[in-house]
Amino acid sequence: MNPLVVLERLGGAVLRALALVGRLTIFAARTFSHFLRPPFYPREFAQALLSIGWLSLPVVGLTAIFTGGALALQIYSGGARFNAEAVVPQIVAIGMVRELGPVLVGLMIAARVTSSIAAEIATMKVTEQIDALVTLSTNPMKYLVAPRVLAALVTVPLLVGVGDIIGIGGGYVVAVKNLGFNSAAYLQNTVDFLEMRDVISSLVKGAVFGVIAATMGCFYGMQSGRGAQGVGRATKDSVEAAAILILAANFVLTGVFFSI
Amino acid sequence: MIRMENVQKAFGSNQVLRGMSLEIPKGSSLVIIGGSGTGKSVALKCILGLIQPDAGRILVDGQDATSGDRDAFLARFGMLFQGGALFDSLPVWQNVAFRLLRGSLKRPMDEAREIAIDKLRRVGLKPAVADLFPAELSGGMQKRVGLARAIAAEPEIIFFDEPTTGLDPIMSGVINDLIREIVVEMGATAMTITHDMTSVRAIADNVAMLHDGVIKWTGPVAQMDDSGDPYLDQFIHGRAQGPIEAVR
Repeated sequence: MNPLVVLERLGGAVLRALALVGRLTIFAARTFSHFLRPPFYPREFAQALLSIGWLSLPVVGLTAIFTGGALALQIYSGGARFNAEAVVPQIVAIGMVRELGPVLVGLMIAARVTSSIAAEIATMKVTEQIDALVTLSTNPMKYLVAPRVLAALVTVPLLVGVGDIIGIGGGYVVAVKNLGFNSAAYLQNTVDFLEMRDVISSLVKGAVFGVIAATMGCFYGMQSGRGAQGVGRATKDSVEAAAILILAANFVLTGVFFSI
Repeated sequence: MIRMENVQKAFGSNQVLRGMSLEIPKGSSLVIIGGSGTGKSVALKCILGLIQPDAGRILVDGQDATSGDRDAFLARFGMLFQGGALFDSLPVWQNVAFRLLRGSLKRPMDEAREIAIDKLRRVGLKPAVADLFPAELSGGMQKRVGLARAIAAEPEIIFFDEPTTGLDPIMSGVINDLIREIVVEMGATAMTITHDMTSVRAIADNVAMLHDGVIKWTGPVAQMDDSGDPYLDQFIHGRAQGPIEAVR
């Protein structure tokens, strides 16, 4: 193939990627600006709180409890190789709170919430409901996007907190019931080992991941193409983008919190 | 009065409107006809500001549609969308009263519900429909709810985008009659897009034929059959042969 053609295609792809980043940045900035400017839609915000926060609790709880349990088993068997079985409570606590809690909750929210927001908004766009909102003097950014992103900002840190506790609980149950740990000593070790920085990093990650998940759902939903294929593509793209950005943001935030 | 002056709009290399000019006198009902993809919906969306034209001017009562207070501007319009565009997540009465439950026209909830039920009655729907969700309604009922929503805030200008598409002939007749009655009753300015010639004769005071991005013919509905315009003749008689190319 002609090297100029390769270069042209590469350049085109880079320009498209940069344009996407630009559109996304403007979209996010406009969303944040609507947090502060009336009119506000409290009913839509309350519905988003319920759907993103409360209704995500079962999937978050189940993910966390099984992960915490598996983590305890892995650390016990791995630690046994150099007589370090006793570190199970500490490693479960630090692993859940610093990394697995926020990341797994973030990915679960990307799967459950991002996809649902993108599919709903994309369908609204395809069926002219977004145009109908505008003709009814309602700004879709204020009515559809801002309440969802704000609700994710508020609820996902709480979900991460709950996920951390349930995950540690899963590790505790496995350690006490299956691995012969003393209940009181396990809890004491967990509490003693965790630092405030661990908890804060977990909650901050939750807030950032929540904003990423909801913003990606709204952005790709609003950008959707026509028809069922457009809705399907918007949903797929939103989940992919949310998952990748959550993992990338996790890497950056871990660096910010723990390499200083 | 709505006036479009040399409005142009392209999507990429596809030039949809190539200098569309049109005038809709206050209180009259204009129907725009034309083949699929000729830019009828684009013209309508340009007036509402849902699409920004590339060139030309759109004036509503002498005021530029793109400047000034958007909320006040849009508050003067009601629109019936082709597929109804009802909000799936809201019950029927909240769809109808959407504008009355928020923004500058906000009313107490009981009053808004009363108005919604009254408007539903006006379009021939029983109050029991008010608490159903749009997905529970037939196509004809959805159009009626859309019509009730379009007139809920008593707009001065109402747009109807393909109001009878997808309906059986009898329901089409019902919707046409309702549109005509409501427009006359409210004294509103109406602009309708349709392919349905029965609708044209039932709804229109004036007709405009859009082809190739420009208005080919415009005049009173009574003169439509004797226009002598080959494009209009071909369209209203549904002939495959004529100046409008039909892809077979």
